[in-house]
Amino acid sequence: MTSTPTTDDVWLVVPLFNEETVIADVVRDARRTFPHVVVVDDGSSDRGADAAAAAGAMVVRHPVNLGQGAALQTGFEYARSVPSMRWVVTFDADGQHQVSDVLEMLELARSQDLQVVFGSRFLDDRTTPSLMKRVILRLAVGYTNVTTGTKLTDAHNGLRVMRREVVEGIDITQNRMAHASELVAQIGEMKVRYAESPVHILYTDYSKSKGQSLWNSVNILVELMFR
Amino acid sequence: MNAVIVIQVLLIAVVVLVVARLFRSRGARAQAIRRIGLVVFAAFAAVSILFPDVWTRIAHRLGVGRGTDLVLYALVVAFLSFTVTTYLRFRDLETNYTRLARRIALSEAPRPTDRDGDTPSA
Repeated sequence: MTSTPTTDDVWLVVPLFNEETVIADVVRDARRTFPHVVVVDDGSSDRGADAAAAAGAMVVRHPVNLGQGAALQTGFEYARSVPSMRWVVTFDADGQHQVSDVLEMLELARSQDLQVVFGSRFLDDRTTPSLMKRVILRLAVGYTNVTTGTKLTDAHNGLRVMRREVVEGIDITQNRMAHASELVAQIGEMKVRYAESPVHILYTDYSKSKGQSLWNSVNILVELMFR
Repeated sequence: MNAVIVIQVLLIAVVVLVVARLFRSRGARAQAIRRIGLVVFAAFAAVSILFPDVWTRIAHRLGVGRGTDLVLYALVVAFLSFTVTTYLRFRDLETNYTRLARRIALSEAPRPTDRDGDTPSA
């Protein structure tokens, strides 16, 4: 068992949708540091859920595809049922996130008594999104900051660390892409102590080929306006 | 000129009101208003079959040139409100559906304690 006292109360929540090729490696790599990984399979049509289970994750399977926001909420509710859970980390299934970044975020949260730590691509220059992606992400975070009263540099980053009481207060109803802004909004309303921590997002060829189309920003905006 | 402004103001006001109302209300009252609207619409449809020029007369009173134009405007408003209502109803439906699916997923998932003391396969 690779667990150490400092990571035993941490639960990684990994929404999974058709990532069969990478999920096993992502879970194995994460479990070297974090013993508790819950993978929420969002009705994938491939065998990624089995791969995740074989790699040692607890797998919760949506019977149908509901969307990433719904998968996150399911993961939160699963983690909430564990009495010893103190931290929840949202972590992407496609291998873009680094375990070392999570450790730094947890360290920051524990040392400064923070309840939420958001990952941000824009606090250092390790991550190099394309110009177009950069513009869109900046606009998105600008919109989120204006509407939620938070001050973030990167609101659509899938890497977040949240303390138990925050996870208990979260109720994501935006099933699709607008969930990131909704999460920020709900955290903003809770008036918790939060900070951002620099993270490195790996834009591999694989993640680029699966990457969200920029058209999605239009969809996000509509979903937020009509909530 | 004045008459044109009347219909313009009226139409814009109706569009804004319908949209605003439908955004905010989902309860019994909104449903009742929709149903009354539907009954009025049906009654009016019957009347306009019997008296085809009724639309033109109303149109003139409102400052619209032809009865068909007025029907078109009414249709636009009706379609818009239908779209918004349908969107909201689907969203509510989706929320319920999500809760149901999540409940199934969680109750079928292995309990977190199941793996305790287990050696991970990785």
